[in-house]
Amino acid sequence: MATLQKQADLLPPVVSTGIVGWLRKNLFDTPLNAALTLLALYLLYLTVPPFLEWALLKADWSGTRSADCSRAGACWVFIEVRLNQFMYGFYPVAQQWRVNLTVALLVVLVLPLFIKRFALKRWLAALILLVYPVIAFHLLVGGSFGLVHVETSKWGGLFLTLVIAVVGMVAALPLGILLALGRRAENMPVLKALCVAFIELWRGVPLITVLFMSSVMLPFFLPEGLNFDKLLRALIGVALFEAAYMAEVVRGGLQGIPKGQYEAADALGLGYWKSTFLVTLPQALKLVIPGIVNTFIALFKDTSLVLIIGLFDLLGSIQAANSDTNWLGFSVEGYVFAACVYWVFCFGMSRYSQWLEAKLHTGHKR
Amino acid sequence: MKMRTMMTVVSTVALAIAAGTAHAGATFDAVKKKGFVQCGVNSGLPGFSAPDDKGVWKGIDVDVCRAVAAAVFGDASKVKFTPLTAKERFTALQSGEIDILSRNTTWTVTRDGGLGISFTGVTYYDGQGFLIKKKLKVKSALKLSGATVCVQSGTTTELNLADYFGLHKMKFKPVVYDTADETVKSFEAGRCDVLTSDQSQLYALRIKLAQPDSAVVLPEIISKEPLGPSVRQGDAEWFNIVRWSLFAMLDAEELGVNSKNADEMKTSKNPEVKRLLGVDVIKHGLGVNDDWAYQIVKQVGNYAEVFDRNVGAGSPLKIARGLNALWNKGGIQYAPPIR
Repeated sequence: MATLQKQADLLPPVVSTGIVGWLRKNLFDTPLNAALTLLALYLLYLTVPPFLEWALLKADWSGTRSADCSRAGACWVFIEVRLNQFMYGFYPVAQQWRVNLTVALLVVLVLPLFIKRFALKRWLAALILLVYPVIAFHLLVGGSFGLVHVETSKWGGLFLTLVIAVVGMVAALPLGILLALGRRAENMPVLKALCVAFIELWRGVPLITVLFMSSVMLPFFLPEGLNFDKLLRALIGVALFEAAYMAEVVRGGLQGIPKGQYEAADALGLGYWKSTFLVTLPQALKLVIPGIVNTFIALFKDTSLVLIIGLFDLLGSIQAANSDTNWLGFSVEGYVFAACVYWVFCFGMSRYSQWLEAKLHTGHKR
Repeated sequence: MKMRTMMTVVSTVALAIAAGTAHAGATFDAVKKKGFVQCGVNSGLPGFSAPDDKGVWKGIDVDVCRAVAAAVFGDASKVKFTPLTAKERFTALQSGEIDILSRNTTWTVTRDGGLGISFTGVTYYDGQGFLIKKKLKVKSALKLSGATVCVQSGTTTELNLADYFGLHKMKFKPVVYDTADETVKSFEAGRCDVLTSDQSQLYALRIKLAQPDSAVVLPEIISKEPLGPSVRQGDAEWFNIVRWSLFAMLDAEELGVNSKNADEMKTSKNPEVKRLLGVDVIKHGLGVNDDWAYQIVKQVGNYAEVFDRNVGAGSPLKIARGLNALWNKGGIQYAPPIR
């Protein structure tokens, strides 16, 4: 009598496991996909090796003059020589520690917010939002506490980009929240109308127009001799513009909160402000993190538009450097460098928002 | 051009507003009071104004402002620069944000008459020219019929090009780009045979080519572009100072006075040199110190020095003097005498 012998399970066919299996499943599963894969590989072959050769293999890395570059590949010497200008603009070298200190201070203040069990978070946040801007202003502008006055016309480079972006973000979020609440205030028609008008007006014009108006038209309406700081004009323009966008993002979040939450808050006897700030708004903001970060990233990149009003942000200082007669013909290097810096910042913001979403993910999945 | 029309409208409005507040001598008084000259320059134009590695502004337009500061304060460093884009330059001057506009701006009747500003002189006689591949072996712009021409959009360059080819009954195909960088890249890639722009800029664009020697600038100039500094109308004193700061540099070149020999030349027997350097005091009535011209030449240099180090033989651009040579050396730069 034959006994049934337990045989080892057959392995799945080679073509469906391991690298081959993965390739078959993901890249070559249909003739069309196989063709597209090959096409993509061909395109990569066409573009990546020449770029690497230009950017790394044949590039010149050391030197101080444009003559030190062979021009066979990228001339990173240009970036090295100008790095200080790309970072700080024309901020006097001897005073640049002030910029560094301002940034370091912000990092030191913000870091504890990431620690889960830090008890004084609320106080720290208040410190960052209310006291820090004053310190930063005095440090950067100077003219008091024995610090040399540095005009904003000397600000530039990545530093200026960050100033515009951070001020824009910090001002736009609270303003946006207030505008969103105002737009939803059904029982206050005048306030609502004002908020709607503000939002629609600012959303209806391109940022470039806002900046252009602030720099070209505004001076005509001021009495002669009274000149607003150019940077300040741009900052106000950017902040108001972004606030309008932020308002719509936040409003989207508020609309996503089920009616039951409002009713529950009312049932608990909470007033308007308490129910908004303790119940509905935190949930709404959590919902729209991707939207808020999206707006922030767009804002960060939009800062490069200040170029058209003659402010030297990162991109502007690179373009100005391109017109130095001793360094003509290195614009590609400059633009590649700018792209890398922008990417690092935007990618960083995007990762942070994903981390924040995961951390705040306390309830229902959406 | 649409931009033009808008500009005119904007300026007319501006003028109406500015007219109420302007009064004579206002600019000069304000400049003396604040202690420096606020000068509007290009935010980056090779040879005319651009920041160097150290963040110091360099260029022929920049040096004009330094000369004015030297004349007014005896110190060429008492000047602050405001980088301006083409669109905001006139507003900045009209609204009083700057005292001088020295930003490669062409002197035209509409600007003199319609913008409420006055041009004080010509720093650089420019004109639209052609950059062409050497291998085409064309020696004159009149042989360019049928050529593909790369041109920057929205500039008068585009109009001049059409006018010139139309006038000479030649055919051409324009390829329009938005920025100078794009234009030069496509010229390099062979998308067009000829590149047209202001001649002073063609030399800079040529350096941007991977092989600068593969292209030449044709001798013809098809438009008049006299570039010069301008000031707000309504302050004749200030106008005079800016105008004569440039004249002093030209006169110094003519008399052979430069930044190196300015001190020795003070002992010169030539009465014209003596008057220029303030050794023989004359009633110039400009409202500045008697050694104003000496300070300009000593600290900034004469016209030849300024031209040479920024755009001429001493710079990477190597532009020939051409029209910008002195009147007695084949050019048209001519300054009235200081006496």
